[in-house]
Amino acid sequence: MSAAPERLLTGLKRGLGPVNLRLLSLLLALSVLFAGIAGPQMFSAASLRSMAFQLPELGLLSLAMMVPLLSGGLDLSIIATANLSSLTMAWVLTHGLPAEPGLMWALWQLGAVLAGILVAACVGLLNGYLIAHLRVSPILATLGTMTLVKGITVGLTHGGVLSGFPAPVLFLGHGTVAGVPVALLLFAIVAIPVGVVLSRSPFGLTVAMVGSNEVATRYSGIDTPWVLMRVYVLSACLAAIAGLVMMARFDSANAAYGESYLLVTILAAVLGGVNPTGGFGRVSGLVIALVILQLISTAASMLDLSQFLTLSIWGATLIGVAGTTALRAWWIRRRLMSPSTLAADGLKTAGVAVAPAATNDQGG
Amino acid sequence: MAETWRRWRGTQELRLMTVLLAIGAVLWVATPGFASAQNLMDMLTSSAFTAILAIGLLVVLVAGGVDISFAATASITQYVALSLANQGHLGWMGLLLVAVVLGALLGLVNALLVTTLGLSSIIVTIATQSLYYGLLMAATNGQDIFALPAWFNDGLHWVFHVDAHGGEQALNLQIVVLALICGFTGWLLTRTSIGRQIFAMGGNPEAARRVGFPVFRLNLLVYGFMGAVAGLASLVHAQLVQSVSPSALVGRELDVLAAVVLGGASLNGGVGSVAGTLLGVALLAVLQNGLTLLGVSSYWSQLCTGGVILAAIVMMAHQGRRPMVRSEAAAV
Amino acid sequence: MAAAEAMRLSPAIAGAGGGVAASADASPWFDLHAISKRYGGVQALSGVDIALRSGEVHCLCGQNGSGKSTLIKIMAGVEQPDTGGRIVIDGKVYPHLTPTASMRMGVQVIYQDLSLFPNLTVAENIAIGQHLGRWHTVDRAAMLRTATAAMRSIGVALDPQVLVSTLSIAQRQLVAICRAMASDARLLVMDEPTASLTRHEVDGLLALTRQLTDRGVAIMFVSHRLDEVMEVAERVTVLRDGVSQGCFEATEMTDQRLTTLMTGQAFHYTPRRLDHSAAPVVLEARGLSRAGEYEDIDLRVRAGEILGLTGLLGTGRTELALSLFGMTQPDGGELRVDGQAVALRSNRDAIRHGIAYLAEDRLSHGLIVAQSIGSNIIVSVLDELLNAFGLVAEGSRQAAVRRGVDDLRIKTDNPDNAVSTLSGGNQQRVVLAKWLATRPRVLILDSPTVGVDVAAKDGIYEIIRTLAAKGLAVIMISDEISEVLFHSDRILVMARGRISHSFDASRVSADELQEAVHG
Repeated sequence: MSAAPERLLTGLKRGLGPVNLRLLSLLLALSVLFAGIAGPQMFSAASLRSMAFQLPELGLLSLAMMVPLLSGGLDLSIIATANLSSLTMAWVLTHGLPAEPGLMWALWQLGAVLAGILVAACVGLLNGYLIAHLRVSPILATLGTMTLVKGITVGLTHGGVLSGFPAPVLFLGHGTVAGVPVALLLFAIVAIPVGVVLSRSPFGLTVAMVGSNEVATRYSGIDTPWVLMRVYVLSACLAAIAGLVMMARFDSANAAYGESYLLVTILAAVLGGVNPTGGFGRVSGLVIALVILQLISTAASMLDLSQFLTLSIWGATLIGVAGTTALRAWWIRRRLMSPSTLAADGLKTAGVAVAPAATNDQGG
Repeated sequence: MAETWRRWRGTQELRLMTVLLAIGAVLWVATPGFASAQNLMDMLTSSAFTAILAIGLLVVLVAGGVDISFAATASITQYVALSLANQGHLGWMGLLLVAVVLGALLGLVNALLVTTLGLSSIIVTIATQSLYYGLLMAATNGQDIFALPAWFNDGLHWVFHVDAHGGEQALNLQIVVLALICGFTGWLLTRTSIGRQIFAMGGNPEAARRVGFPVFRLNLLVYGFMGAVAGLASLVHAQLVQSVSPSALVGRELDVLAAVVLGGASLNGGVGSVAGTLLGVALLAVLQNGLTLLGVSSYWSQLCTGGVILAAIVMMAHQGRRPMVRSEAAAV
Repeated sequence: MAAAEAMRLSPAIAGAGGGVAASADASPWFDLHAISKRYGGVQALSGVDIALRSGEVHCLCGQNGSGKSTLIKIMAGVEQPDTGGRIVIDGKVYPHLTPTASMRMGVQVIYQDLSLFPNLTVAENIAIGQHLGRWHTVDRAAMLRTATAAMRSIGVALDPQVLVSTLSIAQRQLVAICRAMASDARLLVMDEPTASLTRHEVDGLLALTRQLTDRGVAIMFVSHRLDEVMEVAERVTVLRDGVSQGCFEATEMTDQRLTTLMTGQAFHYTPRRLDHSAAPVVLEARGLSRAGEYEDIDLRVRAGEILGLTGLLGTGRTELALSLFGMTQPDGGELRVDGQAVALRSNRDAIRHGIAYLAEDRLSHGLIVAQSIGSNIIVSVLDELLNAFGLVAEGSRQAAVRRGVDDLRIKTDNPDNAVSTLSGGNQQRVVLAKWLATRPRVLILDSPTVGVDVAAKDGIYEIIRTLAAKGLAVIMISDEISEVLFHSDRILVMARGRISHSFDASRVSADELQEAVHG
């Protein structure tokens, strides 16, 4: 009688994975906490809708950061690329858009979006070339492209703003469908396939393998430079979509939007269980982490706290989560105390996700 | 002499020096104002802040880590120290002490988290940057401080050269602090056992532990040092712009990192020098200055900087392709 | 550490009872009695006795998990033995040996990774001890003096100013030894010292060893490579499952006896006697050359045949294998698969033609250690497991993983576990499973049993034999003469990038083969 629901539960637990389970428990705990402190209006329709409006920007950018992280790298140029894309789209939209709604009008807007994505893809190709073929370290390469791209956008716009978009774009930024913000739907439409691709497609699986050990993956017959190229092009395209959403929400495009988000995307990814050195991470975890961050942000504003305090709490949350993971690993290590080379692996045998070890940094 | 040449030949420092001299020569010919003593002093003064931070970051990189939180640390020390000074509690000594000690403490937090959490230092310092910056902005509401003590605003003015027209060349606070930090750090890294231990730790942390180096204490030192240096740099900046703005410094971290890496420091640890770092900062500063003097709109200067960084990266990538020496060499 | 200290080895001989031939000295310098160590639920060591004499070369043998590393840690003071054990150094009992005390007494351990600092110079690495202690300024000149003195004292000639990163492995090993000597070592423990050295370099190392023992230094080699160590080892201690199997004179020891002692089992092999001349040639190389690596290679492998390829390290065997696998391209000559000439531009081409390669360095090149067993098994065949949407079908994936685990009999309770949880032998099975999934026609194995325990080796040999019996053409590259002799049908010997000898395995003797390889 109780066997079936028990099996369902076990299946669910296995499907979600230990990381997601911990994140969900954190989410639950925080929800209860905030509901208690800020009152039940935290979860009112208005409040949820507001959260739903704010999430897609950071969400898309975090997705753009997650893919390179999985491959063992990093993409510091995503914000600059997002802005370059949005400026491209904005420029096309404000130069030559037919005045009257009609086929050309619709196609023009589609063309604008495609132009933005194309421009982003070029940046991605540059990153990919530097990283995959010249073997430059990802931090360095994307630091360089970030500066270059920002230089292009600032140079071309002189810091100014482009605005004046047609209705569909505004609808994307402010509209809802059955109560759900269009931007959130767009995020879902993008995130779900990306998640599926990363976890089930040959490309996605090889990205993780490359992240863990690029040389061994190459020996196994995978064209790793091609994999890395696609990683950075995908990252850039996701950044372009993020740029589109930012443009729609702010009704304008600018060279410097969202810059403060850069490090937050890394924070969100790591909180979501992405191993910063590569090889492990799931979009579902990222999404839960984003919800947690958004919850904190909303609770803070409900309590009339400065939005900067939100930033602090996010930082503290990451430290806290990493701290508890490290604590757990230390506790299990003390109990197992295996002398042979399986010492660290004893943790893995026990099914524990070990906190990502310090890499080429010293860990002290 | 031959020994010195041998040591520097083929290094990043030499390459940078060459490029720098080349650009300098071009600018000297192309613009009248570039090579003037005044211009050079101004360049030195305005880039001192970045250079001081870069040197602090260099030590962290050599140790094998990275720190993204120093700008936030600097913002905090700047605000706290100068607020206290404004209330009449502090003189120069007190000001320096507060900034340095507070910065060091914030840096020690980084060290503790990096060693105990098992997270890479870039992630930890991203988290602490958010933590520090958020707290500062929330506490201050983003309010700038425009009125600083007169004695602070006056800074230093040590004249060392008076030319024929009676014009003075003087050392200011920025240059003095920069010189002190450069000298101290250079000495620390190359001439003290602690500095060599830091290099060793960056080169092979496991071996450092086995040999008996106090890895944990070294980390405390390295991150604490970065924090203290950030404290000093924050005062240097405030004195230059004659105000304190909590949001002004954050966002420049990657520029400092770019300069340090340009100067030859490796992100993997164990490699880097004060000279190289200074050259990296100098290259970017000279470029910026040159563009301004040439009348190029400041809106385009970032593009040029980006281009130079990318060019340097590509060049370094090609240099890095040195064949590995393996025991499978032909000799049997 | 002044240069004078490096010279202070002479008093050690005087203190140990006089005389020059230190190995004749009977009383042990380093004496461990009844050493036991328990970690949680595992008994790592039980009642082990080991006595090391000054000027003696002692070999410690044992499989992974036999307790060797624990014993070394106890000797270095990093771990403490359980009560009842006693450590005696130079006649003095140490109830609680610390790393500092151990080092001060002259115990120096050189781990397999050498623990050097690649970003520092040779001189700085050798004199690294100078940086210890209270904060102080460095004296470059003194470091240089210490380093050159240490190098001179054992006849090593390296440029002290170069970075260690520019040195070969053999040279780095010399630096590690110099460092130990500069710290006034009385006992030098070396973990698998000959693993990555060419014959020439091994000779150099062993000569150096003799020099050190002449000065009264005790040396303990931890090694499997008995044939090399046997040249200098005087006594051998064998560990199995934490228990000492005894201490034997080297002269009494044979490969066979050692294997039996280490594993508790006896493995007898006889040469294969199979005739493959009727089978089709699967892979053929004609006049294959690549500048600086190998030259004028002619070889032929038939279906069902095992071709052994041996020769000293550095003769181009792995380089040849990489070209056969498409990772490098030869400059001249021709490669044929099933009689058709092919030009392999990458290893993907090779895999498409049915060529598979098991890399020498299993942990870095052969496996993605942090990922799961299942992921490693299917990584090369992802494109074959797709459903209609181009995604990996879970059913196909699980079936492929299950097939690999079952066929190769990989010992694991869950294929989702990371590969790092497996033993060396099992890890090698995962690599084999991965390649077998690609349905290869030719399997190139590069040192397939390195780092694998003797018992597990047998399992791998059986797998190889079974695969050959099924019609796979196998090329087995190996350093071990006996491995090649007993498990190949034909043997090719490489020397200086060329094929120097070709033998029928059933008709050549071990000595002849040895001669051909070393001659």
